[in-house]
Amino acid sequence: MKRYGMVIDVDKCVGCYNCTLACRDEHAGNDHLPVSAAQPATGGSWVKLQVLERGSFPKVKVSHTPMLCLHCAQAPCVQAGEGAVYRRPDGIVIIDPVKAAGRRDLAAACPHGVISWNEERHLAQKCSFCAHLLDQGWKEPRCVEACPTGAMVFGDLNDPRSALSRLVSDEISSDLRPDLHLKPAVRYSALPRRFLAGEIAFDDRWEEPAAGVTVILRRGSQEHAATTDSFGDFEFQGLEDAADYVLTVAHAGYKLRELPVHGGGDPNIGTIVLQHAKS
Amino acid sequence: MTTRVFTNCTNAGPVSVYVEDGKVVRVRPLAADEADLRPWTIEAGGRRYSPARKFNVAPYVLTERNRLYSDDRIRTPLKRVDFDPRGARHPESRGKAGYEPIGWDEALDIVAGEIRRVQEQYGPSAVSAMTSSHHNWGLVGYKISAFQRFFNRLGYTAVLDNPDSWEGWHWGATHAYGYYWRMGMPEPYDLLEDALQHAEMIVYWSNDPDSTRGVYSGYDSALWRQWLNEKGVKMVFIDPFHNHTAAALGGKWLAPRPGTDAALALAVAHVWISEGSYDKDYVAGRTVGFEEFRDYVLGAHDAQPKAPAWAAEQCGIPARTITALAREWAAKRTVLSAGARGGEGGACRQAYATEWARLMVLLQAMQGLGKPGVSIWGTSMGAPTETSCWFPGYGDADGRLAHSRVARHCPENPVPQRLYRPLVPDAILAPPIQWRGEGFCNRSLEQQFTPFNYPMEGCSEVRLWYRYGGSFMGTMTDTSKWVRMYQSPKLELVVNQDCWWSGETRYADVILPACTNLEREDIGEWGEPGGQTRHATGCNYRVVVRMQKCIEPLWESKSDYRIFSLLAERLGFADEYTEGNSELDWARKFFEISDLPGQISWDEFNRKGYHVINAPQRYQSTPGLRWFAEGRPCDTPDPNNPKKGTDRAHELGTDSGKIEFVSQSLKRLMPHDADRPPMPRYLPSWEGHESELASKYPLQLISPHPRFSFHTHYDMHARWLNEVPGHRIEKDGYAWWPARLNPRDAAARGIAAGDIIKLYNDRGTVLCLAVLTERMRRGVVHAYASAANYDPLQPGNPRSPDRGGCVAILTPGRMMSANVAGMASNSCLIEVAKWRD
Repeated sequence: MKRYGMVIDVDKCVGCYNCTLACRDEHAGNDHLPVSAAQPATGGSWVKLQVLERGSFPKVKVSHTPMLCLHCAQAPCVQAGEGAVYRRPDGIVIIDPVKAAGRRDLAAACPHGVISWNEERHLAQKCSFCAHLLDQGWKEPRCVEACPTGAMVFGDLNDPRSALSRLVSDEISSDLRPDLHLKPAVRYSALPRRFLAGEIAFDDRWEEPAAGVTVILRRGSQEHAATTDSFGDFEFQGLEDAADYVLTVAHAGYKLRELPVHGGGDPNIGTIVLQHAKS
Repeated sequence: MTTRVFTNCTNAGPVSVYVEDGKVVRVRPLAADEADLRPWTIEAGGRRYSPARKFNVAPYVLTERNRLYSDDRIRTPLKRVDFDPRGARHPESRGKAGYEPIGWDEALDIVAGEIRRVQEQYGPSAVSAMTSSHHNWGLVGYKISAFQRFFNRLGYTAVLDNPDSWEGWHWGATHAYGYYWRMGMPEPYDLLEDALQHAEMIVYWSNDPDSTRGVYSGYDSALWRQWLNEKGVKMVFIDPFHNHTAAALGGKWLAPRPGTDAALALAVAHVWISEGSYDKDYVAGRTVGFEEFRDYVLGAHDAQPKAPAWAAEQCGIPARTITALAREWAAKRTVLSAGARGGEGGACRQAYATEWARLMVLLQAMQGLGKPGVSIWGTSMGAPTETSCWFPGYGDADGRLAHSRVARHCPENPVPQRLYRPLVPDAILAPPIQWRGEGFCNRSLEQQFTPFNYPMEGCSEVRLWYRYGGSFMGTMTDTSKWVRMYQSPKLELVVNQDCWWSGETRYADVILPACTNLEREDIGEWGEPGGQTRHATGCNYRVVVRMQKCIEPLWESKSDYRIFSLLAERLGFADEYTEGNSELDWARKFFEISDLPGQISWDEFNRKGYHVINAPQRYQSTPGLRWFAEGRPCDTPDPNNPKKGTDRAHELGTDSGKIEFVSQSLKRLMPHDADRPPMPRYLPSWEGHESELASKYPLQLISPHPRFSFHTHYDMHARWLNEVPGHRIEKDGYAWWPARLNPRDAAARGIAAGDIIKLYNDRGTVLCLAVLTERMRRGVVHAYASAANYDPLQPGNPRSPDRGGCVAILTPGRMMSANVAGMASNSCLIEVAKWRD
């Protein structure tokens, strides 16, 4: 028996929306009963991109996280559905388009916010992994077929030789919300994490890039070091969300600089101008 | 229910079309038999790189079904209600008045009758006709086939296209390294392999390949950039907007003020010259004029060294950052990625953009252009490919019904008069006009200097204007002049033939509904225009598609070929036009003159619907310009290089055969042009941050090519795209065009995210939805060009604010320099304010 799953690599997603639009082509105006009813004419894709722009000019990062039904083993929507939502033996969670008629409450049951309300049909709807196609022998859902970079890897979790099985290990991928313990069949790798960036410049050599300067980021006994690149830029990735840090720049011949970094956001420290020790 | 699966090809990918009960229910990337696809392999750094067995289409291709059944389809022939060809014509009400449906016979009788009357009254040159590019695909239906075969036989004033996407390269770079036969773009052969094997850094200068996708090639190249990124190749982006490729790959972002790219380039050269970090042997052996350039850069003549500190004042990037860029560029094997085809990019569509494009060539010359890892490469073309199997593209004479040997006879257009696309309204409204250059100048360097006059002696002014497929309101410059043109009484009849309502459609007197390429028979190769850009596709696999008619033409629409056949019938030359051929007959004839019959029979091709031309298993790579760097005869498959096979095959297409810091062709043909002098310089923009006008309109508008639509195609006609927030954003039931600006520029004007704002200057006002983002440098506003929707608040009033998003209305109509007839869309000053009406 197959058990379907997916790993989404956020680093590989270029934000092209091919997944969103392929989903529209498959489902807008097309009933695929008994698995799914048609999406509404507007606004109904079951794969959406969560776009995060972080940092500030010119130190910005952008990530696109495809959001679709995670097909949880412990799905809150199945529980809330009381028979209107079920999990197939292959792991696909289906909102029954007949039994779920009028059940607006189901849209609120999902903690990931991936169930939408179809006002035209009075139905809560979500991604079905294109189960109607898999049942006809297709290898993958439309969104995966349309993805140009392989950011979405779909397959059989029960097949240890599948490309997917290699990606589900905790070193490579994680749950979108590990705190919920819902055992989703869709996992993510490279989810965006807090970063800090800045630039170093020398006050006595203003037009020279400050390459090779060591920058230390401390929190209690934790210490991370970075070296400025050829542009004098430095960056730390994977900061803890709410934590405060202290940034230290000690460079031979220049006065020591220490800056507090407060929790939250993705701080761009801007240009730290090192003062020559003799000035 | 039975499902039939057809094959077809769009302008950005081949598709399988599923039809149930005469209705298209699914359009997916072509589902080829995997056994037909034999992936190539590139070995680099101990790894083997191969593409998946699939076709990666552009996002809008997945909306094809939505566009096919769009509410914006033109359903029946229409006549403007107050247009009477036998009485009052009311040209002043074009754009205001409504339409009434008429039958095909009446519509065709009016159009054919008017064509005859106008040509008898004024002469054949009084009819002119103009197409857009790429609103559909296929050799039979494309504009140079069905359309141009008809008009060549009729005789008409043809309209020359300007090289709108690569202006600076066409008019400038050709004078630095030749390649006029590729219209200024370099050959892309095997540059993917070269980059994977040798590149250490890629400088994307005004290039966003994740948005422009190798022009017609869909998303195949996104994976290539991912490979390069994973390999640790450093990525640098020079763009006032932190573009989508930068977003996808990360790396270093430098944001110059628009119009100052040439200053930045000179400062890079200054660092290399001052520090001696350029390829002196290459410069000595492969270039001419370097000493004069060096003296200019060092300030020997004007006492102004073009040093980083000087450039920093102009471009707003710190001197130390410019120095770092120059040093790393010199220290690493660096690809210069200055537009989708190597060349292109928004910086080539601005005042004096010839200078930037030439400097791009010269910078890479200083680092040994053509040596391993040192290329001019857009990152979206140049995978291993089979180049010996020929199939015509529309850029080849043989790929057009107007010129191909598939026809027994191809009539020549007897009318010598020409119009020039960006100047058409000026020509109608205020003749006479002059310009230099034949538009697409791919036959010689001299061709750019040919003078043109309109009206031409012995010819008539244009009285009948026949518009076909698309809208220029969103793509040309200062475009409200098109509205003024349409309301001129000089145009006695305006016809518009299209599949969808678009910005210009509502200015016609008679509207003819055409069908899409899903509703007719055709043939075409994915991504390959042939001609001057042959082999410049960005596709992993060559695939020729039998573009099958999937459904009958919807409503009362007809194929373009059918419409022109019916007009030809009324004008007495139907037999000559069709030679008795159906569209399928023509498709088969194109197949038969190609090399495909050596690989597959027509019957099998016709049944299967496609044929893949795989790269050879023993592939011999010939990286672009490697031959030149190594002093060998050209060994790439570039079919149009005129020196190939001669004793000068090791030379470039310049006068000297070398890269020219001081252009010998400009010295020969126009030595005293201060706007495009023989040696490139930084010339401050005539509409830039230092212009007097900036005190009134302090923001610079850039309007690059769009990410989710193509020209004006797919926008609005595929409403699903409005669900992509980067394309349009819905507010209060209207789908607005987004304008991006820095939060501090917005705050200074009391603008909040999501506000409807007006972008305005003396040329017009366009309403957009404000997107505030740290991805914009201050002082610059970004709104894509190419909105299909022109939606003036007061229909028919050329001064009316437009809420459709045609920001081209704001851009200057002035040509980029005195003798260069190129558009300068990105030299545009505006102010922005919250919209309160």
